[in-house]
Order: sequence, then C-alpha cells, then structure tokens
Amino acid sequence: MRGSEGRRAEDSALITGVGRSAIGRRLRVDPWVLTADAALAAIADAGLTPDDIDGVSTYPGAFWSTPGITGAGVDDVRAMLGLNLRWHTGGGELAGQLGSIVNAVLAVAAGLATHVLCFRTVWESTAQEGYGSRSATLLGGGGTQGQPVRFGRELTQWSTPFGIGYPCYAAMEMQRRIELAGASREKYAALALVTRSYAARNEAAVYRDPLTLDQYLGARMISDPICVYDCDVPVDGSVAFVVSNAAAAGDPGRALRLEAMGSASGFDESAAMMWERTDLRPADVDLAQVYDGFSVYALRWLEALGFCGRYEALDFIEGGDRIGPTGDLPLNTGGGQLSGGRLHGYGGLLEACLQLRGEAGAHQLPTARQLAVVTSGAESFTSSLLVGAPH
Amino acid sequence: MTTRQAEHVEAAEHTAAGEVEPGQSWVEGFSRVAPPLTERTAPFWTSGADGVLRIAHCRDCGRYLHPPRPVCPACRGRDVGFDPVSGRGTVWSWTLNRYQWVPSMPPPYLVADVELVEQPGLRLLTNVVDCPPERIHVGLPVRVCFSQAGDAYIPLFRPASPASELRGAGDARE
Ligand SMILES: [Zn+2]
Repeated sequence: MRGSEGRRAEDSALITGVGRSAIGRRLRVDPWVLTADAALAAIADAGLTPDDIDGVSTYPGAFWSTPGITGAGVDDVRAMLGLNLRWHTGGGELAGQLGSIVNAVLAVAAGLATHVLCFRTVWESTAQEGYGSRSATLLGGGGTQGQPVRFGRELTQWSTPFGIGYPCYAAMEMQRRIELAGASREKYAALALVTRSYAARNEAAVYRDPLTLDQYLGARMISDPICVYDCDVPVDGSVAFVVSNAAAAGDPGRALRLEAMGSASGFDESAAMMWERTDLRPADVDLAQVYDGFSVYALRWLEALGFCGRYEALDFIEGGDRIGPTGDLPLNTGGGQLSGGRLHGYGGLLEACLQLRGEAGAHQLPTARQLAVVTSGAESFTSSLLVGAPH
Repeated sequence: MTTRQAEHVEAAEHTAAGEVEPGQSWVEGFSRVAPPLTERTAPFWTSGADGVLRIAHCRDCGRYLHPPRPVCPACRGRDVGFDPVSGRGTVWSWTLNRYQWVPSMPPPYLVADVELVEQPGLRLLTNVVDCPPERIHVGLPVRVCFSQAGDAYIPLFRPASPASELRGAGDARE
C-alpha cells in the first residue's frame, strides 16, 4: 500500500537545506541566537534566502515545559527572521520530534507552502545550571521545601508521588530483558561504547573521550540497571532543515529524498507504517540513526524496524562490528544522543543527511551510504523516516 | 524449595480475584508529594482510607482501566466507576532508583510496575517497600499497602510473603 490514491506525499518533497548552531554543554547562549544560527545556515545551504521561506514547522515550539527543552516558538522565528508565512505549525503532540518534518512534507505536498523551515532548539544544559539540578528542572522548579509541585501534565501525578523519573521507565524495560531475555550490563555496554567511538571523530559531539567496558561497568548507576552512560546528555544547540516542494528545489543535486515516513503511534506501528509506504526493505538500508534517549530505546527501534526480532537487538549489535563504521548497518554515527548530545531526534536526521551527502567531514564513513533510516521518540510518541542520498 | 518457587506456588493459590483483604497502612520516615485530587482521580487516590484499593472499572464490559478515564477504551462505555480489587499482583518489572527526583524522597528505593491479578496488562506504577533489592524480581507476588500523603493514600506494594514471615524457612537467599 503506497498511499490512498497511489500518490504519496513523500514524492513531492525534498530536504534541500541542512544547518546547525554550535552544540555543547553550558554554552550560555540565548536560544534564539542558536535558533537563528541553525535556521540561516539551513536556508543558505538550500540556496535560498529568508524571503523564500513561506512555512515553519517545529517541535515543540513555545509552551510551558521543563526548562530548556524548547528554545523558540514558531512566531518567535517568524518575527526574528522577518518571514512571510503561508503555513506554520508547532506542538508537543506530534509523531515524535521528527513529526515536525512529517508535517512539513504534508504542507508542501498539499501546496500550502513551498519551502518550509523546520527547527528544533534545546538549551537544557544551560537551563539546568540555572535551576541547580536535573530533578529541580523536572519538577519545574517547584517541589522544594514548602513549595507546591506543579503538575504540568496529567502524566506526572502517576509518577511524582512515587519518586519516578524518566530513566525508571527505560530501566524497567532493560530489567525485563535481563530477567527474561538473557541481557546483561556487559551486553548493554556495546551501544554506549560503539557510539562513543563514533563521537570521538565528530567535532560536534559533546563527549569524545574513549569509553571502556570497565568504565561502563563501574559507572554511576542512575536507576538499576541504567547507568549514566545509558542516558543521553542534555546540551544546548539548534538544528534546522528546509523541506521544499520537489518541483521548486534549487539544487536537486544535493537534495535528499524522503523515501517513506511512518507517523503511527508506537515503535512497531511507526516502523510498519513506513515500510508499508515503500517497496524498500530493511536489507536495503545501509545507515541507521535511531532515537537513543536511553540506550534501550535504540535497541527497541532496531527490533521495530525489522533488523532483528523482538528482544534480539543485543545479539544484533554484539561485538559492535555490524554497527561500526565498516559494518552492514553503521548506527548513530555522530555519537547518537548518548555521546553527541540530546538534540532530540533532529541530531539523528542531521547526521543522516551529512553522511548521505558525503559531507560529514572527519567522521565521514569510509563507504558511501545510499539509504538511511531515522527514527525519533519512544513509546506512543514516534516517527520513522527513510531518507535517500541525492541522485 | 527456593523462596522464588514458594512465591510462585503461593501466587498460584491466591490468584482467584474477588477476595478483598484490607491492605496495611505503611508509615514512612519521609513525606511523599501528594497528587492533586481531581474529579477524575480522587476516588483512586483516596481509596486506601479503608485499606481497600479501588480501580476504575467499566460496568458495561467489566474491564478495569488505569489510570482512570471517563470512557472505557474497549467498549466506549460511559458507566465507569471505582470498584474494589484484591490488592494482589505481581512485579511486571522493577528498578532500584538511585537518583533524587523528589527533594523529600531519599534514594535508593524500589520502583516497580505491578500487574494486578484482576486483569492481564492492568498495571500500576508504584514502589515496592519492605523488600530488600536482592529479593525483588519479575513475577514476585506482592500485596498493596498505603502511605498517606496529604488527603491521598498512595498505593504501595510489599512482597506477598514479607521477609519477616519467611525467616527461619532455611532459605539462603534471605
Ligand atoms: Zn467497557
């Protein structure tokens, strides 16, 4: 099944521009500055000017959340860059963070916009410094002596009375794999070690020092069996793309194709929907950038995408060769969020685009790659993209 | 027989639903964050006042739903109320949390997803208390108890066979 009437939105859209700001820990830079740096770089990369941009799409945009998780809203960017918009959207309830790319594709396919600026800005590292701790930011700054805890979402009332943080959910998924599927911390280490070795070659990654198995096994535990190296790293940074109507793309020689997208809710559902919309199969994919907010989510995505069966991802990555730079499926080749920093889904798409264009610089893979799968989000909040190299 | 085997036997003997035994109140040396009591959730959070756990329950098709919602996702029935459950379940998964997420709750403590015996997949996020970390495992039978926080009674779970009752059973694991 390739769309309801044989015509797919994916065929109408190209990723024509890619840009990023500085990325790092505690940059102490105004997040609007980061956003402008990434946006203007992406627009220039597309061979366009801000006057050509007639759409904006972001996740999550301006709304109350934990400090630093969002750095600018749609209207902030419209006003700052002097854009004349025919279409725009932003929100937290998308199909994962890359649901903002899905939305842009739909807008250009529907003719509502020609060139859509997509962006994602985080400044969690600097924001957490201001609040004093991660727990303080998760509680929205309340919860200290005598202060009422604000319940920003319905969800939190089911976790805060029990002292449950985000890692606890991923830890419970990891623990089931240990007790029911033969997993172990030694096996889990493979993902952190391989992606750290990628980060060592990526100048934009935040943690680049070598990581050993002993360091992993001796690491500070956050929520057993999750250690600090299983958690992604809060950073400051912005990543932007331009999604263009294929007929209006300036330099198609560098534009990236969207072979298929999955917007369904759930790891398995999202991946299955993506595969339903293309004749390509997992064996055709030669590069993967999957969401690794916690290491176990990356394993879950490999299984959902069909690279291996359920609970088989640790065997799939064992030893690291298959997902290494010369393997069949190089994985999270910029260091992922574990070592590259939590650019929240956009970092994975950035890395895929750079590799497919052969523009990854010092960490360019030795063999040219033609087809990347990129996922974002977890649980019921998921998106899957299949991205093709320029023709 | 190991403790684990004994627990499975005990779980098998007690899984018949419908029998309601009041859970104990559980007194703690720290204060939990009290959840907001809203029209949608107050009957759940205050249920433990009499030691009984009550879960949102579709009176049209019989399905339990947690967290509570005003419509049954299975039959879309609107007659959803709060009905007593046995308070027995098993640990679906667990983690020993070591990070201080809430200023008033000193780590480490056990976080668990407990599956109630009344319905497959009916799970509550909670803490397992009165249980050394060496003893918890997927499948451990547990029983509800309640810790008061403001006007709320926070449902927590203890091993169905508390460590104190197992002492002298000759099991090296304890
Ligand atoms: Zn029903």
